[in-house]
Parts: sequence; structure tokens; C-alpha cells
Amino acid sequence: MISVVPITTAINPETLVVRLRDVAKIYKAGPIEVPALRDVSLAISANRFSMLIGKSGSGKTTLLNLIGCIDAPSKGSVEVCGQDVAGLSDDAISEFRSRNIGFIFQNFSLLPVLSAFENVEYPLLLIGTPASERRDRTFAMLRAVGLEDQAGQRPNELSGGQKQRVAIARALVKEPQVVLADEPTANLDTATGAAIIDLMRRVQSQLQTTFIFATHDPQLMSHADELFAISDGQIVDHKTGGRQ
Amino acid sequence: MKALLTIASRNILRNRRRSLMTGSAVAAGALATLLFGGYASYIFAGLETGNVQRVGHLTVFRAGYFLFGSGNPAAYGIDRYQDVVTLIRRDTVLRPLINVLTPTQSLMGIAGNFSGDNDASKTFIGVGLIPSDRDRMRRWDEFATGVTYEPDTRLSDSDPTRGLIGFGLARILGLCAPLILQNCPPIPKRPETGEEKSAPISEDVRELSRREADGAGSKSSAPHLEILSATAGGAPNVVTLTVGGAEPQGVKELDDNFIAMPLTLAQQLVYGRGEHKATGIVVQLRRSEDMPKARARLNTLIRDNNLGLEVRDFGELTPFYGQAVKLFSAIFLFISLVMGIIVLFAVVNTMTMNVMERTNEIGTSRALGVLRRDIRRQFVAEGWLLGAIGASAGSALAFLIAAVVNHAGLTWLPPGNANPVPLRLAIDGNLGLIIGAWAGLVLIATIAALLPANTAARLTIVDALRHV
Repeated sequence: MISVVPITTAINPETLVVRLRDVAKIYKAGPIEVPALRDVSLAISANRFSMLIGKSGSGKTTLLNLIGCIDAPSKGSVEVCGQDVAGLSDDAISEFRSRNIGFIFQNFSLLPVLSAFENVEYPLLLIGTPASERRDRTFAMLRAVGLEDQAGQRPNELSGGQKQRVAIARALVKEPQVVLADEPTANLDTATGAAIIDLMRRVQSQLQTTFIFATHDPQLMSHADELFAISDGQIVDHKTGGRQ
Repeated sequence: MKALLTIASRNILRNRRRSLMTGSAVAAGALATLLFGGYASYIFAGLETGNVQRVGHLTVFRAGYFLFGSGNPAAYGIDRYQDVVTLIRRDTVLRPLINVLTPTQSLMGIAGNFSGDNDASKTFIGVGLIPSDRDRMRRWDEFATGVTYEPDTRLSDSDPTRGLIGFGLARILGLCAPLILQNCPPIPKRPETGEEKSAPISEDVRELSRREADGAGSKSSAPHLEILSATAGGAPNVVTLTVGGAEPQGVKELDDNFIAMPLTLAQQLVYGRGEHKATGIVVQLRRSEDMPKARARLNTLIRDNNLGLEVRDFGELTPFYGQAVKLFSAIFLFISLVMGIIVLFAVVNTMTMNVMERTNEIGTSRALGVLRRDIRRQFVAEGWLLGAIGASAGSALAFLIAAVVNHAGLTWLPPGNANPVPLRLAIDGNLGLIIGAWAGLVLIATIAALLPANTAARLTIVDALRHV
């Protein structure tokens, strides 16, 4: 049974959390320009479990990077949580990310010198949460992902599935408005991957957080509320409904 | 700050071998800097102690003596020097600072040994002093250099005719056997030539000596020299010096020429029946740090009383001291620079490798919201910590080695010294050296980390996350 700290900011389900308008991203390799995204426009409402699906190299990760404000578009505008991030300074964007966006990476990306507890606590440290509150929320989140007993273990002492659970806890502990997950099951076996998806889905449902999930695995499509199919840097299909 | 240092320390422990090597480089830097710095400090203290024991901190001369007086010391005697001594002694500013205040008389002339079959003579450079004051000056050891004080009975206030000569002068004048000197060969017999018989200078000196001795009363059977010098008025004068012993002087030129004698004897030789003067008034202070204050006060007294005198410090009187300090300081600077460069490159190399290995983590941290400046701060903190740990370890090791060396009873012969002195490393209590070496190395390590830290801070998040 999942037991987490309730979300403090109620978001209207109809509020748009992400809006991209005519976004393009072109990478330059010397004189060669490689378009990764071409005139992408999309809008994602709050509290959705949205999925970006496409083959490797289709532009999913680039799109997630733009939504996560860790990359800037070559053209077009990106609005996240009502904020056009184009005009923000590097520090302001970092601050914005630290409060509003959670990340779950394919390779877990836990900080190896920190224990599971400290990894989960880290985002709260960045936003200046008081120590006692940090401790309570971190333990609550570790309980939520079933890793309370592994709190003191370092990432190298955890299995792949446990690492990804820690990563999920880390992404959610600060109660962000958006959680971005890039191929979170790609490095896990099928059963563990399914368990992770199930966990993410349940946590999302309970915390009413917007999840945007990139995958190349069509078998995971059934979990999504909303689906964006990407091919060659363009959204070629958009379906809503699913489990919502 | 706590989190910063916690993460920094864990990252340092992450690659133990690399951190150990880098920390060892910093520790070696601290060790070398502190050991040589301690050695140099002890050398400085030893040289200063030797000089202050011999010539005091300050000497008051008649104006012009320092530049021209050595050619004719008698012409640069201080008139009514005892009044000047009294003036200095009674001064309320100087009195608490002074350890020994004593007049001296420099002189030069010819010393001859004509006793028995001997017929040897040699020019000499001499100094007349008050034996008990000399003895008190030789006890000065402000820096606790460990040089043992040995009472010297070869000069005594109670015997105004007894003096001390250089070991080389004793050899040249054929006094090795009478003084029972080890490793001192007798004078070889010279081939006879006709020229020697035509210059019987010894007969004149013998005659003058005989007249002086008749006037003074009895002459002892102890080894003695006839000392000939010109008086301040230009007339020749002779006294007999009983040789109490010979002492090596370290520098051969001085060793072959040196005579120390009681002040009254020197004055008798130089001034005869005229007014007895002194060429210098030596001021030995209790503490060297009072030297500028004492010098300023002496200058004020001289100016206010129109005495026509000047003050010189031991550094001016013994240029070797300044040269040795400069030499050791230059070597210390060179060693410190080399060590600093080694530490700089070692830390730059280690931190650059750390940044490369942790590129993905940097990307993750930045994605989580860590600011660029905090990334920079993290790596700089690691450099600082590496420097601090290495410098602390090196300092601790230096203390240990210094303690062992200082208690091992080792000795060495400093340049210009006649007798060996204890070998010590003056680290303990040398706060300037310890803090300087530690802080310098930590600063270098911190600065060295800045370059890789900037590289880390400038990484774009997407590229960093893509890094494998």
C-alpha cells in the first residue's frame, strides 16, 4: 500500500502543464545540421500519465529535454507550468527545475557517494527544506517505493529495480508539477520494468502529478492516459483516453 | 557547507589510490617545505646567536669608523667613552632592553714570539675587551639554539696581560708545543740565506719589550708574545701578552691573525700614557626584536648630545650573516616553488580526471537544479580538502621527523664556525612557517581545482547526461 505525503498544491486537471509551440531543435556537428525535432506543438494537461513513444533516434529524449528545461529549442517556445522558460537565466532555470520538475533517467543516475536516503533527500536540500521536514518526507517517499529498509545503502548495493525506485522517490519527493521519465524500464528485466511502471502509475495517481514518459516499447502503451507517437522529430500521432 | 564537505570527502574516498597519490604529493610538499624551513630557521637563529654573542646587536662607533676606521683604529677612538657608556646605561628607555653594554678597542700591529730559539713574527688584527662582559655576552641564547655555554678562563678580568689568539696564529708563531695544541705542526726550519741576517727587526722588538717588562715588573714563564703597535700619536709601542690559549676562528684569514686581549692592555698599547679611548661600545640586547627601538633611541641620544657617533648593527658588521640569510631564503623559496608546482599539477590532474569520470553525475545534479556555481564549489571544495588533508599529514610527519632529529643529538659545522653545533629543525613553535606552508599548499590545491571545476560548471546538461 502506498503511503505518501499528500501533494500541497492542488492543480486543476484542465490546467496545461506543458505547452510547446512550433518547436524545432537542430544539432550542429561542424558544418552539418541534424534536425532532431521539427515544428513540434503539443499541450499536456495536469495529472496525466503521458507517453512519448517512438523508435530510437526519433526525438523522444530531445523533446523530454526541452520540456525538462535542460536544453533550449532552436526555434519555437516552451512553456512549463505556465512559465515561458526562454527568457530565464541559467540560474533561474535551475531554480525552476529544482522546484517544478522531477527526472527519472534510463540509467538511474543516482549519485554514487550518497545513500538511498541521501539521494532522495538531495532535491529537498536544494530547495532549502528544513532538516526535520526533509527527513520525514524522505522516509515517507522511501516507504512509498518500498525501500525503507534500504535507506542506508549506497546505489552500488542496490539492484537495478531498487535503484530505479530510489530514482522515482527522488523525482517525487519535492512534489514537482511534472515528472519526466526517459526510458525508465530500458535497463530492467521485463518483470521489474512492469513493476516500476506499475509503481509510477500508482504514485502518479495518488500524488496527482503529471508524468511524461518516453519509451520505445509498445507494450507499455496500455499504461498511458495520453500518447504521443514521434517519428523523425515530428509528432505523427496523438491519442488520449487510455486508462484515464 | 556540511553537505558540501560530506560529499567532497566521500568523493575523495571514492578513488582512494588516486586521492592517496595526490594527497601524498601535497604531504611531500608540506614535509619538504617545513623541514627545510625549520632547518633554515634554525640556521638563521644559530647565525644570529653566534653574531650577537660575538659583536652584540648594536655597536656605537665614532662617525666614519665603519667606513674608514679599520685602516687606523686608533684615530677613531671615542673620546670620554665612559661618559657615553654611562649615558646609555642610565637611559630609561634603553636600560630595560640591554643585556650587556661594554667598550671594545680594535687594534692591529705585529706579534712576535722570541722566547728561547723562536724568532717568529706576524701581523695581527686584535680586539681589546672586558673578559667578564665577553663571558656574559657568550651566554646569550634567546632562540634556545642548544649550543652549550662553556666558561672560558683563558681571558680573565683578574689578569690584564693574558689574551687569546687564533689557532693559526699560534701555529705560525711556534706556540703549538707550549700551548699543547693538537694537530698543530711546529714551524719548519727555514733554509739559511744572507737576507735574513740583514733585517733584525726582532732585536728592536726584544729591546722594546725588555724595557716595557722592566717597567711593569716581573714576566711570567707562560707562553707569551711581544705585541708591537703604533700608538694614536704614531709612535711604536710594545706590550707583552701572556697567551692563555688558542681558539680556532673558522675563517682562515681571521684564524691566522686574531688576538683578543683585555681592554686595558689594548688601550695601553694604542694610547700609551694618553687618554684611553675605545673604538666601539657594544650593546647586546635581551631580545633581538628590540633592536630597531634600541637603535632609534641610541641615535636620538647621539643627536641630542652632539656626540659625533654612529650606530651599526651586527648585520652590517658581519655581512656573512646577511648573505647566508639571503642564500637560505633563496633555496627555501626555490624548494617551495618546486613543491608548489608539483602540487599544482598533481591536483589539476586528479581533479580533471574526477570531472571526466563524473560528467554524468554533473549532468544529473544540474538537471536536479544544482547551480553552475555550486558545481564549481563542489570541485573546489574537493581540491581544498585534498590540500588540507595532504598538508596536515605532511605537517604531522614533519613534526615527527623534527622531534626525532632534535632528540638524536646530531651536530654539524656551520660555515665560518670553528666548533660543531647541534643540528636542529626549528618547526615547533614556528607558527609563521607552519601556517604559511599549510595555507600556501592548501591555497595552491584550491586554485589548482578551480580550472577543472570551471570546466565542470560550464558543461551543458544534455552533453553531460549523454556522457558515458
